[in-house]
Amino acid sequence: MKFKWLYLIGLAALLALGSYFLSDMGMKPKPELDLSRSRASENGVYVVAVAPEAEPIKLGELHSWIVTVQTPDGMAVEDASFEVDGGMPDHNHGLPTSPKVTENLGDGRYRLEGVKFSMTGWWELSFDISAAPGSDSVTFNMVL
Amino acid sequence: MSGRGLSVFAVLAVLGGILSGCGGEEFSEADKATIASLSLASLPAVPTDPSNRYADDAAAAAFGATLFFEQRMSRDGDVSCATCHLIDRQFQDDLPRAKAVGLNNRRTMPLAGVAYSPWQFWDGRRDSLWSQALTPLEEPVEHAGTRAGYAHVIAQHFADRYARIFGPLPDLSGVPERAGPRGTPEEAAAWQKLDAGKRREIDQVFANLGKAMGAFVRSIELPETRFDRFAAALAAGERPEGDAALSPDEIAGLRLFIGKANCATCHNGPRFTDDGFHNTGVPVVDGLPEDLGRQSGVLQVAEDPFNCEGAFSDAGPDDCGEFRFRVREGPHLVRAYKTPSLRGAAARPPYMHSGQFATLDAVVDHYATAPAAPAGQSELHPLTLSERERKQLIAFLGTISE
Repeated sequence: MKFKWLYLIGLAALLALGSYFLSDMGMKPKPELDLSRSRASENGVYVVAVAPEAEPIKLGELHSWIVTVQTPDGMAVEDASFEVDGGMPDHNHGLPTSPKVTENLGDGRYRLEGVKFSMTGWWELSFDISAAPGSDSVTFNMVL
Repeated sequence: MSGRGLSVFAVLAVLGGILSGCGGEEFSEADKATIASLSLASLPAVPTDPSNRYADDAAAAAFGATLFFEQRMSRDGDVSCATCHLIDRQFQDDLPRAKAVGLNNRRTMPLAGVAYSPWQFWDGRRDSLWSQALTPLEEPVEHAGTRAGYAHVIAQHFADRYARIFGPLPDLSGVPERAGPRGTPEEAAAWQKLDAGKRREIDQVFANLGKAMGAFVRSIELPETRFDRFAAALAAGERPEGDAALSPDEIAGLRLFIGKANCATCHNGPRFTDDGFHNTGVPVVDGLPEDLGRQSGVLQVAEDPFNCEGAFSDAGPDDCGEFRFRVREGPHLVRAYKTPSLRGAAARPPYMHSGQFATLDAVVDHYATAPAAPAGQSELHPLTLSERERKQLIAFLGTISE
């Protein structure tokens, strides 16, 4: 009986050690990120959706996204202007490029060009949007 | 099996699991995918250079190779590109700071695989290989020549070869031997005295020389390494053996590289670079003028008449995405330098943009301690690495250098 207890204690210790090492060498866990590609802007002025023009997104390559802006009641927002920002919060750096909305496609849809993700990990892509309903901001999380 | 036997079995199983997670040969599927992404087999074809219509012209590349090794392409006839880009030394010079006509402020970069980079130089102050090649030619501490002088060299020694590729040279009678906008005050004044049409003709010759050299440099490929053979065996589900084998320490280093040490965050993809600019808190070199890295590089590329959107570029309106969507300002640009490829790095100390670190030990030390940046903010986080882990990381770097 005595031996069995020793083995069980040893087993528990090893399991704890093992799970520590296997969980990314004890790095603190990240909070769950909201990865939705459609969401309300911070003050609820807009509902914004983003979608890459081609998937999968290739690391290190310039590509375009379609940004769709609607009011909360589903009306397309026309003639919006955008300031685009973003980066990697974990690494204290911004986007490797400066993406711009280059085309108004109608029906509240806009083409965002010049997006590039240069590494895997958690990226933020933020928009300051100004149009007739007002100014508001929205941030999307991406994990590559 | 008895209760005791079962316990022993469980302990051994857990122990085995831990060991395999730390240096054994079993990689997770995610690790295998990362290893494959770092392998030369993942390298796509060399991207086109729409700004250089001669980029893939064999005659232009051969002419570019001639110019690359040509010492007459300098003020005093004693410096060529190969003075610092030594062909048998990965096209670099092993010096902390390049030495040509004078001493440079930065370290010579190796040339294999540079055609994949959207930005050239440590600070990305040029956006193509051909506009890069033109810059040292007129740098006072590098070749120290002038574009009018180079046009004369071509007219005197290479007129036929030039004409076969680019068409006849312009009439250079009356053009001074030394004249160029980036030269000495006398050379700049002589340049200004030329009429605009003649300046434009000489600029075109100068651009063409850059395009020939760019075509040559594009052809310099990254060699296969032991790591690539290891990755190929792993991808094929085979046991890496012989010249594909990695030692247990090298494998442990690889695990650190793609795992806890976070190296593969920036040193990613088959060239081990994200082609981006990062402030990693590299110290300043005493006695050198202020160096703001990408912050000044991004201003210089915009002013370069030979950039992708300039008059001498062959690019169409949609061909200059990297230039058009470049980050123009922001705190992240301060003392940010281009992530160098790590292929071959173990065999070419010293390290960093001005050769600040003499050894890989010093480099790993820097990344582990993550000191504050002299200006701007370092992106590094401190890292706890044991002596053994440091050696393992460096051992892994050896596998992409041989």
